[in-house]
Amino acid sequence: MSATVTFLLDGKAIPFQDGDTVMDAALRAGEYIPHLCHNPEFTPHGSCRVCIVEVNGRHYSACTLPAAENMNVDNSSEAIMAKRRSLLQMLFVEGNHICPACEKSGACQLQAVAYYTRMLSPHFPHFFPRRSIDATHPDIIFYHNRCILCGLCERASRDVDGKNVFTISGRGMNSRVIFNSDSGKLGDSELSISDRAASICPVGAILPKSKGYQVPIGQRLYDTRPISLVGDSNIRRNDKT
Amino acid sequence: MKPPVLTIESGKKPRLATAALCGCFGCHMSLLDIDERILKLVDMVEFDRTPLTDIKTVGECEIGLIEGGVANTENVEVLRDFRRHCKILVAVGACAVNGGVPAMRNQFDVQDCLEEVYLNGIGVVDPQIPDDPEIPLLLDKVHPIHEVVHIDYFLPGCPPSADTLWTFLNELIEGKEISFPYSLIHYD
Ligand code: SF4
Ligand code: SF4
Repeated sequence: MSATVTFLLDGKAIPFQDGDTVMDAALRAGEYIPHLCHNPEFTPHGSCRVCIVEVNGRHYSACTLPAAENMNVDNSSEAIMAKRRSLLQMLFVEGNHICPACEKSGACQLQAVAYYTRMLSPHFPHFFPRRSIDATHPDIIFYHNRCILCGLCERASRDVDGKNVFTISGRGMNSRVIFNSDSGKLGDSELSISDRAASICPVGAILPKSKGYQVPIGQRLYDTRPISLVGDSNIRRNDKT
Repeated sequence: MKPPVLTIESGKKPRLATAALCGCFGCHMSLLDIDERILKLVDMVEFDRTPLTDIKTVGECEIGLIEGGVANTENVEVLRDFRRHCKILVAVGACAVNGGVPAMRNQFDVQDCLEEVYLNGIGVVDPQIPDDPEIPLLLDKVHPIHEVVHIDYFLPGCPPSADTLWTFLNELIEGKEISFPYSLIHYD
């Protein structure tokens, strides 16, 4: 057996295996690196940039950075947290995130990561883009307003469900998730409520119908404990409370 | 940029003004939710313009608390007036911070909103869009207040809890850096 190789995450030695990213090794060691588009079930996407870390004066996304021996990774300095806050603020202002009117509130990863980084304001001017809602599916509703284009629904539908229901289309501010059906409507796609893609969304963009506000305020996933302790909202959770 | 620290002349109480722009008054209700601590607050600050005193014009103040976003021309005027008169201006609650629920109307043209409410809505009698010159004109969009004037502190929440407001006012008046425990930061 070869000796354990490690890198340093905020000064702490993290063991890693061949092929690990910094995120893989950190998650396995129980260390939290904030993230939104990453989910260990799927190939890294590197699009939300919230897992930004600093190594040797350069910035990387931890979910795509291969771990290397003796690397010294800054994951929690105030400078890194400030960068994460700015990235989150940009995600907030480019969508329409009215948390008090969102069924995902309290169990939303975007919100929880923002709490974790102590984001108190959106800082930037809001775009207030006009985006639609697709309510054509009998069991699922899709809010483009809240989509952060993390690509998890696309990966889950393709890689787990084998259906290719979702993909991201367009560029820049006009990027949006589109649905694979002749009419372009979600209700005419093959999506089923039991699909992995139906429960993968880290925010309130893909939601089951008739389930909103079932968990009382105070008992929701992130009401009392931060995401660094609770974990992601979209991991397969059998025993987690 | 670090938010300013409050400096108060010794022996003087800071003056506090509050206003509700396009909000539901919930943030002011949350302030009243500090319950008997309101008696301590009365000892700590001198109230200026606020719906609690019914004083209508804002004087020179150390602290201004703004609830609600900016939805009409009067909101702009009140907000600018507060900025001119308050050393420290605070966005209180979701609507002030990001427009909140009223900003959901930003998905529609103002004209469509007016027609839906005053002409075509269910149960409307004597349909007409109000145009009395006393009524402030609606802006085409509801804006968070930091898009109109500089804001020194933000207290998110719909509403921010009484404990959030109480913690903030105490730390500010004591000249401390504001820090909230995890449970006091929420957007809903
Ligand atoms: S998706 Fe999350 S951040 Fe967006 S409105 Fe819903 S709870 Fe708030
Ligand atoms: S709908 Fe949800 S899972 Fe899909 S891209 Fe948008 S935020 Fe990600």
